[in-house]
Amino acid sequence: MAKIRKDNVVALKINKTIIYIVCIALSLLSILPFWIMFVNATRSTPEIQSGLSLLPSIHMMTNLDVLLSKSFDPLKGFFNSLIISGFSTICAVYFSSLTAYGLVVYNWKLRQPFFTFIMCVMMIPAQASAIGFYQFMYQMHWTNNFLPLILPSIAAPAIVFFMRQYLLATLSIEMVEAARIDGSGEFYTFNRIVMPIMVPAIATQAIFAFVASWNNLFLPLILLTQKDKYTLPIMVSLLKGDIYKTEFGSIYMGLSLTVLPLFVIYFLLSRYIIAGVALGGVKE
Amino acid sequence: MRHKGVNYSKYGYLFSLPFVLAFLVFSLYPTLYTAVIGFTDMKGLIPKPIHILDNPFQNFTDILFHNVSFRKSLINTGIIWIANFVPQILLALLLTAWFTSRRSKVRGQGTFKVLLYMPNIITASTIAVLFNSLFAYPMGPVNSLFEMLGWTDSAVFFLQDKTTARGIVAFIQFWMWYGNTMIILIAGVMGINPALFEAAAMDGASGFQTFFRVTLPSLKTIMLYTLITSMIGGLQMFDIPQMFLAGGPDDSTMTTSVFIYGQAFKGSYMYNTAAAASMIMFVIAGILSGLLFYFMRDRDAARLKKVQKKMNKAAQAAARGM
Repeated sequence: MAKIRKDNVVALKINKTIIYIVCIALSLLSILPFWIMFVNATRSTPEIQSGLSLLPSIHMMTNLDVLLSKSFDPLKGFFNSLIISGFSTICAVYFSSLTAYGLVVYNWKLRQPFFTFIMCVMMIPAQASAIGFYQFMYQMHWTNNFLPLILPSIAAPAIVFFMRQYLLATLSIEMVEAARIDGSGEFYTFNRIVMPIMVPAIATQAIFAFVASWNNLFLPLILLTQKDKYTLPIMVSLLKGDIYKTEFGSIYMGLSLTVLPLFVIYFLLSRYIIAGVALGGVKE
Repeated sequence: MRHKGVNYSKYGYLFSLPFVLAFLVFSLYPTLYTAVIGFTDMKGLIPKPIHILDNPFQNFTDILFHNVSFRKSLINTGIIWIANFVPQILLALLLTAWFTSRRSKVRGQGTFKVLLYMPNIITASTIAVLFNSLFAYPMGPVNSLFEMLGWTDSAVFFLQDKTTARGIVAFIQFWMWYGNTMIILIAGVMGINPALFEAAAMDGASGFQTFFRVTLPSLKTIMLYTLITSMIGGLQMFDIPQMFLAGGPDDSTMTTSVFIYGQAFKGSYMYNTAAAASMIMFVIAGILSGLLFYFMRDRDAARLKKVQKKMNKAAQAAARGM
C-alpha cells in the first residue's frame, strides 16, 4: 500500500517536472523573437552579422539616426494609428452600447429579428466587401482619408452581442423606470445612468477594439496611398524595401518602435485582456 | 394596471439607427457593389460606367476553372490552415488538460497564460517582417543559432524553399493563436459542472480517463466554435503571408486574400476578377457560419418551439372538428 502511494508521488513529480519544462520552453518561444528584436535594435550591423547575442549593445542611437534619416517617420505613423484607433474605439463601444441598450430595454416589434440579423452578420469577413468598399470610397474621394477607417466601426456586431449579454445580467428595468419617474429623458438615462454601470464591459471591449484597429493592415493598405497618412502596420513594409537593405540594426529598431506601445499596453492590462479572451469564448 | 400614454418602443428603433445606417453604408452596400463588380468587365485605373458582361458568370467560371493562380491560392490557404490548426488545437488541449488538472496543481499559471497569449496581441505585419529578418540569409539569428548548435554546416536559405516558407507561415499562425485557443478551452472547462468531476473521482477514474471521458465530450461545442471561427479567420489570412514574402517564393505562400489584393491593387487593376474571388470567399464563409449556427443553436428551445407548434395545430384541428 505504502509502496503504491510512493510510486504515485514519484509519477506525479515526474509529470509535474515535464509540465513545467514544456511551459517554460513555450514561454521562452513567446519571448525570444521579441527579445532578439529589441536586443538587435541596439546592435550595429557588423555585430548582428557576426552572430546571435542576447545582451544589448551600445548602438541604439546610431540605429535610430539611420532609421530616421530615411523615409521612415515612426512619430507620424504613431499619431496616424492613434487617431484612427482612438476614434474607431470610441465609435465602436459607444454605439454598440447604445444598440445593446435599445435591444434590452425597449420592446419593439423588430427586436428579435434585428438581434438574429446581428448574429448573422457577425461572421462576415471584411475582405469580402473590400473591392466594392474601395471603389465606393474612390468615387466619394475618401481615399487617403481616415473617416472610412473610423466610421465603419459604428456597426460592430460582436461588441453589441457582448454588451447585450452584459446588460441582461446587470441592468434592472426598475432603475430605468425610476429614472423615468424622476423625469429623465431616455437618452439622458442612457448616458448618465446606464453608461456608468457598463464601465467594466466597455473597458474590456475597448482594449480589444483598440488593438484590432491598431493592428489592422488590409483596409489601410488599400485606402491610404500617401506616405504622410500611413499607419504603423503599413510603415513596417517600408523596412523591407531596398532603402534599409544592409542596415539590419535600423530595421530591428523600426520594428521595435512599431510594437513598443502594444507591449506597454499588454503588460499593464494583461490580466484584463486574458479575462476578456476567456469571456469571449464562452458564448453559450 | 396598464401604463397609458407614453410608448417607448420608438426608442428601440432610434437607438439602433446608427448601427443600421453604418451597416447599410459601410458593409451591405460595398458587399452588393462587390458582387455587381464580379459580373462586370471593370478593369484599369480609370473608372468607367458599370457594364455587365454578356455572359454575367464569365468571371466566376474563368476564376474557378481556368485560373491556375486562384486554384493555387485556395490550395495554399488550405494547406497552411491545416498545418497551423492541427498542432494548435492539440497543444491547446494538452495545456488545458495540464492547467485544469486537479492532481498536478500547476503554479504560475497566470504568468504562463500571459506569456503564451502575448504573440496574439502584437501587430501581425511586424511579426511577419521580424520573422523574415530572423530567417535571413546568409547571416540571420536562426542561421547563427543552427550553426552554434551544430545542426547545419553552412547557412541555409530558408526563404527560398517552398515547403519551408509555407511551414514558417503556418508556424507563425500557430504561434500567434494557440494561446488564444488555450484560454478559450480553459474557460470552457471551468464552465463544466464540477459535480461531473467529483463523480468521476469517486468512481476512481484516472487523470486520462477523466480527460477523455468527461472533459473532452463536454468541450465539444466550444471546440466546434474554435474550429469554425478559425476556419473563417484562416480564409482571410493576409497580414502574415503578404508581409512575410508577399506570397512567394513561386506563389507558395499566396493565400486567397493575397491573391485578391494582388489582382486589384498591385498594378493590374483587375477589379472584376478580384471581386469574383471575394464573392467565392464570401460564400464559403457564409456556409461555414451557417454550419456554426446550426450546431450552436439552442436545441432545447428549438424542440420546445416544435412541440408548441404541434400542440397549437392539434388545438386548431380539435377546434375545427368541433
